[in-house]
Amino acid sequence: MSLLEIKNLHVEVGGRKILNGLNLSVEKGQVAAIMGPNGSGKSTLSYVLAGKPGYTVLEGEALYNGESLLTMPPDERAAKGVFLAFQYPLEIPGVASMTFLRTALNAQKKTRGEPELSTPEFLKRVREVAGKLGIEPEMLRRSVNVGFSGGEKKRNEVLQMAMLEPRLCILDETDSGLDIDALRIVSEGVNNLRSSDRAMVVITHYQRLLDYIVPDVVHVLSKGRIVKTGGKELAHELEAHGYAQFAGEAA
Amino acid sequence: MNAELRQVKTAAEQGLADAFAAARGSLPGAAAVAALREAAFGRFVAKGLPHRRVEEWKYTDLRALMREAKPIAAPPGVPEKAQAKDAGGMLGSLEARRLIFVDGAFVAEMSDLTALEPGLTIGSMADALAAGEPLVLEQLSRPADDMALALNTAFMGDGAVIAVREGVALARPIHLVFLHAGKPAAIYPRSMVDVGRASRLALIESHESADGRDDQVNAAIDLVVADDAHVDYVKIGAESSKALHIASLTALIGANARFNAFVFTTGGAVTRNQFFIRCGGDNSTIRLGGVSLLKGRQHADTTVVLDHATVGCQSREVFKAVLDGASRGVFQGRIIVQPKAQKTDARMMSQALLMSEDAEADNKPELEIYADDVQCGHGATAGALDENLKFYLMARGLPERDAEALLIQAFIGEAVEGIEHAGLRDALMDEAVRWLGARV
Repeated sequence: MSLLEIKNLHVEVGGRKILNGLNLSVEKGQVAAIMGPNGSGKSTLSYVLAGKPGYTVLEGEALYNGESLLTMPPDERAAKGVFLAFQYPLEIPGVASMTFLRTALNAQKKTRGEPELSTPEFLKRVREVAGKLGIEPEMLRRSVNVGFSGGEKKRNEVLQMAMLEPRLCILDETDSGLDIDALRIVSEGVNNLRSSDRAMVVITHYQRLLDYIVPDVVHVLSKGRIVKTGGKELAHELEAHGYAQFAGEAA
Repeated sequence: MNAELRQVKTAAEQGLADAFAAARGSLPGAAAVAALREAAFGRFVAKGLPHRRVEEWKYTDLRALMREAKPIAAPPGVPEKAQAKDAGGMLGSLEARRLIFVDGAFVAEMSDLTALEPGLTIGSMADALAAGEPLVLEQLSRPADDMALALNTAFMGDGAVIAVREGVALARPIHLVFLHAGKPAAIYPRSMVDVGRASRLALIESHESADGRDDQVNAAIDLVVADDAHVDYVKIGAESSKALHIASLTALIGANARFNAFVFTTGGAVTRNQFFIRCGGDNSTIRLGGVSLLKGRQHADTTVVLDHATVGCQSREVFKAVLDGASRGVFQGRIIVQPKAQKTDARMMSQALLMSEDAEADNKPELEIYADDVQCGHGATAGALDENLKFYLMARGLPERDAEALLIQAFIGEAVEGIEHAGLRDALMDEAVRWLGARV
C-alpha cells in the first residue's frame, strides 16, 4: 500500500478550479519531487493535503495509509504524521518558538495517546536538532519567525519537521527565498530526515533544490494534474527545455 | 433648583434616593462627612444616573443597564466572614499582605496586620470617617464630576486607608481582597492610599463573588504617589457574571515617579473601570494597561482620563479585550496635554479580538493637546483571529481550541507584559489560561 494515494482529485478555490483529476502515489521511503510552472496547482495540492480551509474538493480522494485524509481536521492529519513545510512560514508575535514547538509536540502526542515529553527530554532534543541546523538558542526564545530572515524561517520549518518526526513531509517551495548557503543547510536538514518509513513530497519550481535533495522520482504538474513522471534526470530536462512542452498535454 | 430636577426618575434612581434617605443617619462619619455625602448626593439628584447622551458614559448607559437599586449591604456576620477564608487565593503564591473586606466591610481579624513594616500604616475607612481624619476629609472634599464617584462619596461605607511613609520600599505586596457573601446588595467601598516620597508599593485589589449573585458594587480608590515613588497597582474583577461593578481610580502622580496600573476583568454583567490620572510633577512614567476576557452578554467599559499637566512625563496605555459570545468591550481613552506640559510623550493603544460575530467593540480615543512640543499617538483595532495563523498552528497539531487559546494568549500577552511585578504577571497569565481553558 502506498503511503499517499491521490485519486482523480478535483479542487476548487474561490470559484476557480485548480486541480483537475490529479493522480499521484507516494511510497514509503520515497522522495518525490513535484515540479511545475506557476499556477499549475503546486501550492493548492500542498494546502489540500494539509487541510487548509477554503479549498473545496469536488471529486476524488486522498488516502494516507489507506485512510481518507480530506475529511480530517488539520490537527488530526498532523498527529497522524502529515507535515507541511510552508512556502511562507507565518510570524506569530507573542508566541516563543520554544513554547510553540513544545505545545505542538505535546498536542500531537496527546492526540495519539502517547505520554508527553518531559522538560529535560524536550530541551535536550531541541538543542540537538537546532544545533545541527545552525539555529541559535536565542532564536528559540524569540517569537516564532518574527524578525527572522527568509533563510531562518525555512530553517525553523525544518526544525519543526525534525522535532515532530512526521511520516509524510510536504515541502512547498522550500528553496524560495534562500541563498546558496541557506539552501545547503536546509537541504542537509531535510536529507537527515530521509528514512525508509518516511516519504517526502518536494514541491519546487526549479531544479536547483533537487541538486541538494535528490529525488527518487519526479512528477510534472501542469494545469492541475500530473502530466509526466520520470527519474531525477527529468528535472534536468525541465531545467533545460522549460515547461512549455507539457502545456498542451494537460488540456 | 426645581427646574434642574428631572421629571422622571427611573426605578433605580428612586431606589437610590430612598436608600440614601434611609441610610444617611447611619453611614460612618460625623457632620463634616455627612455634609460631603449630602453634597455628592445632591449632584446625583440633579443629573440622575449617567446615560448614553452623557458623552463620558456613551457606551455604558447606566440608566438603562441598572434596573433597580439593591439595598445597602448589611455588616457581615460569622457565616459571611467564614466564606472569605480562601478569597484571593489565585494570588496565593505572592505572599501578599491580605486585607479582607466582606460585603465592603473591613474584617481586621482575618486580615494580615502582623509585623507591619516600619513606615506602613493600615486602617479602616469607616474608622477614619468616624474619627474625621483630616487628610481623608481633605481628599474627599475634592468634588467629582463623575456620577459614579459622586454616588460612592454619598454612600461610601468602608475600605482601606493605607499610608507608606517616605523612603519605605515594601517588599510584600498589599492585597485588598473584596468578597461579597451576604445577601446580594449594593456595596460602596472607598479606599485611600498615600505613598510617600521615594517609596515603593505593589497594591492589588480583587473582587470576587459566587456566580449568580447580582450585587451592585461601586468601588473607589484615591491614590497619591509622591515624588520619586514607584507604585504598581493591579485590579482583578472576577465577580459573578450577573454583578454590576463600577470602579474609579483617582491618582495624583508626583515628579520622577513610576506608576503602573493594570485591570484584569473576567467577571461582571456590566463592568466599568474608570481611571482619572493626573501628572502633578515632571518627568514621571505612567503605564496603564488592561485585559478584559468576556463572554455571554458581559459588558466591560474601560475609561481613562489621563491629564498630562506637567513637563516631560511619559505615558503608555495598552488595553486588550477578548470578546466571545455576545459580549461588548468598550474603551474610551482621553489624553489631555496641558499648555505647560511640554515634552510629553503619550501613547495609547486599544485592541479588541472579536471571537464571535455577535461580539461588539467600541473604541473612543480623545486627544486634547494644548502644548506644541509633544508626542502623542493612539491606535485602535478590532478584528477576528487571523485564520491563516490558526491554520499554521493546527497544521502543527494543535486542536482548534488550543490554537485559538495560544493566539489569544499572545494577543493579551502584549498588555500583560507591561506589568513589572513578575509574580503578578505570571499569576494573571495563569488566570487568563484558565479562562481560555474553560471556553467551550
